[in-house]
Amino acid sequence: MSMHNTEHSNEIQLDEIAKHDVEQLKTLHPTLKMKDRLAIPPQAMPELDPKYRATNMEEVACGYSEAEAIIEANRCLDCKKPFCMDGCPVRINIPGFIKEVAQGNYDQAIHIIKETSLLPAICGRVCPQERQCQKSCTVGKTLKDVNKAVAIGRLERFCADYEREKGTIKVPAVKPATGKKVAVIGSGPAGLVVAADVRREGHDVTIFEAFHKLGGVMRYGIPEFRLPKEIVDQEIKTLEAMGVHFKTDFIIGKSRKLQDLIDKDGFDAVFIGVGAGLPLFMGIEGENLVGVFAANEYLTRANLMRAYDLNNAHTPSWPAKKVAVLGGGNVAMDAARMALRLGAESVKIIYRRGMSELPARAEEVHHAQEEGVEFCVLQNPSKILGDEKGRVRAMLVDRYELGEPDEKGRPRPVKLEGQSFEMEVDTVLVAIGNGSNPLISQTTPDLRVNRKGNIELDNPETNLTSKAHVFAGGDIVLGAATVILAMGEGRRAAAGINKLLAE
Amino acid sequence: MAKILFKQQLSADVFLIRVHAPHIAEERLAGQFIILQIDLEFGERIPLTIADADTQEGSITLIFQAVGRTTRLLSHLETGDDIPVLVGPLGKPTHIEKYGHVVCVSGGVGTAPMHPIAQALKKAGNRVSIIMGARHKELLFWEDKMQAIADENFIITTDDGSAGRKALVTEPLKELCESADKPDLVIAIGPSIMMKFCAKTTEPFHVPTLVSLNTIMVDGTGMCGCCRVNVGGKVKFACVDGPEFDGHLVDWDNLMHRMSTYREIEKDHLCNMERMALEKEAEGK
Repeated sequence: MSMHNTEHSNEIQLDEIAKHDVEQLKTLHPTLKMKDRLAIPPQAMPELDPKYRATNMEEVACGYSEAEAIIEANRCLDCKKPFCMDGCPVRINIPGFIKEVAQGNYDQAIHIIKETSLLPAICGRVCPQERQCQKSCTVGKTLKDVNKAVAIGRLERFCADYEREKGTIKVPAVKPATGKKVAVIGSGPAGLVVAADVRREGHDVTIFEAFHKLGGVMRYGIPEFRLPKEIVDQEIKTLEAMGVHFKTDFIIGKSRKLQDLIDKDGFDAVFIGVGAGLPLFMGIEGENLVGVFAANEYLTRANLMRAYDLNNAHTPSWPAKKVAVLGGGNVAMDAARMALRLGAESVKIIYRRGMSELPARAEEVHHAQEEGVEFCVLQNPSKILGDEKGRVRAMLVDRYELGEPDEKGRPRPVKLEGQSFEMEVDTVLVAIGNGSNPLISQTTPDLRVNRKGNIELDNPETNLTSKAHVFAGGDIVLGAATVILAMGEGRRAAAGINKLLAE
Repeated sequence: MAKILFKQQLSADVFLIRVHAPHIAEERLAGQFIILQIDLEFGERIPLTIADADTQEGSITLIFQAVGRTTRLLSHLETGDDIPVLVGPLGKPTHIEKYGHVVCVSGGVGTAPMHPIAQALKKAGNRVSIIMGARHKELLFWEDKMQAIADENFIITTDDGSAGRKALVTEPLKELCESADKPDLVIAIGPSIMMKFCAKTTEPFHVPTLVSLNTIMVDGTGMCGCCRVNVGGKVKFACVDGPEFDGHLVDWDNLMHRMSTYREIEKDHLCNMERMALEKEAEGK
């Protein structure tokens, strides 16, 4: 919507075309038939030029202009049975808000979105829409291409950005104080949503955060070029305006035991949303060599500790030149693209299945490719090789082919014998997922966790754990998932907490 | 944010600060550490082991050697100044029980984290021997405090003989292992190279040996994986599984390589900092 960096993007160019089209559309609007709507071309997302953006932290996707948003919104068929809503973990009234966008009623559109989703500016940017709402979109189905579905995520982002940039974000109303206290552990997507929903009911809410900055994975994990931190800041500001308290640099389970929050500090309910924990490694030889990093570490240094700002940051950044990233998810894409921006000469994604099995969001794969990240699919390292100083010099890589589907239905990678080769690298970033964080479970004996250390729920309807008054949600329950799923869990837990406190 | 309540220079580049942190003072146990940051926006995060705590004052004591960027900046802060980020206590506390004869070996600033551990071991009914080592006399501190804990032997060594015995800490350690009063447990805290050789010294005598690792860390809660070490062929995270490990099982060469990850980069950083400081000074004149 806003013109950020028009010199290096196709924003103006696309907007001019859209402005021309939208005039035509406005005259036709009341008479548009389904056939006409299906004929409207999907609106491309204006983006920064790949060569330009690969050297800086600016947001890659610029966002729709008003004209583009109106045209895209007119592609929606307003289906009687909106399958898109079934695909959304928080069931946003998608046809409802899109209809408002099509008529230029953006304030009304954002109001509808916010009835169910609390972080639209964030979800519009980071949700895997092609696997959720847009997957079931009738337009995409009719045109036999999920990429031609109505761009629901982009429209969601447009509405949220419109509101933020216009400065009309409304602070949700807070009911009179109930005298009840709720502790929210972790300030990631699940925690922020719980805080907002519980605070609205008039309860006193304190968010505890281990780091010095709020936002959890949205701060330390997802890079600026994909999710500008000013957007996260805005969400925090709204919570502040609602009267939510924040306690940073405070680790429940260490700085204070969870039990003490209940027994000594008078909290009536606790929500645990501490997110993913210990990064997983491959378990291959050489993984502790200097130059092998968990993507978590690499991204935290770059994002939270601002290592990309070489002149100001005290946190050193490893001078990666030839980089291999292990894994094919969003974190792998983020790490690969960050490495490029920090000056790597070559970056390879190593993934043992094929391109179509990559778990990452399609747009991230596309952006990574445009920026020059090389995809080495059907490959997997068996060993990382070091030099005499204990530093990475190469990887021994095996080749794979796809075999029979596994229990999850994904084709199983089968190693091809006698085809391994040496790949010269100086940096290996491991992005194959996370285990669970042990800090709370270690010091809260009556909190039940599963074999993997994830917190087990006693009641999945309310996200209540085995411990009375203690709720949990997000990655600490689900294992590694997405922002929107964490948010969905948060909403359920908040409803559970509000119900408990109303009793 | 934590206010510095007291500051004292212990030797050429070793400093003691007492910091207001009532929650940490209340929760901390011997062997645990904190993470601090000297600048909210751009600071790096470094771990420091807690040397002491005073629940009445609501303070913890930290002792550090000004060697890296952050510790140098920290040494420039004075009483009344704030440390923008201080979080803890982190890591597993030392397992304290009655072992019998325990030998505490500390090198350099390692005496600071050793102090509360030696104290707790003594309180648990152990007979405690102390070996304190440093390169030279100027780098020793808290000899009196440590001597007060020692039941049996109290041995000081320096590399140049300027105080105590002219020896490395491993010499008296070996003698104790060979003596009739063989230790039931050895704890070694100090530079990696010292801990490595303490572990090598006790290994042939089958004396259980704990070491406290001071690896590079970012979050200190297990999220980043930066502090991982090979212990007995398994990957462990010093921040949540440690910082104490069986010294006989630690892969010391890998540990020392990993500790050096950013050494060259930091050297450049420091050179730049000094250059900028000199330039500023020149401007001032």
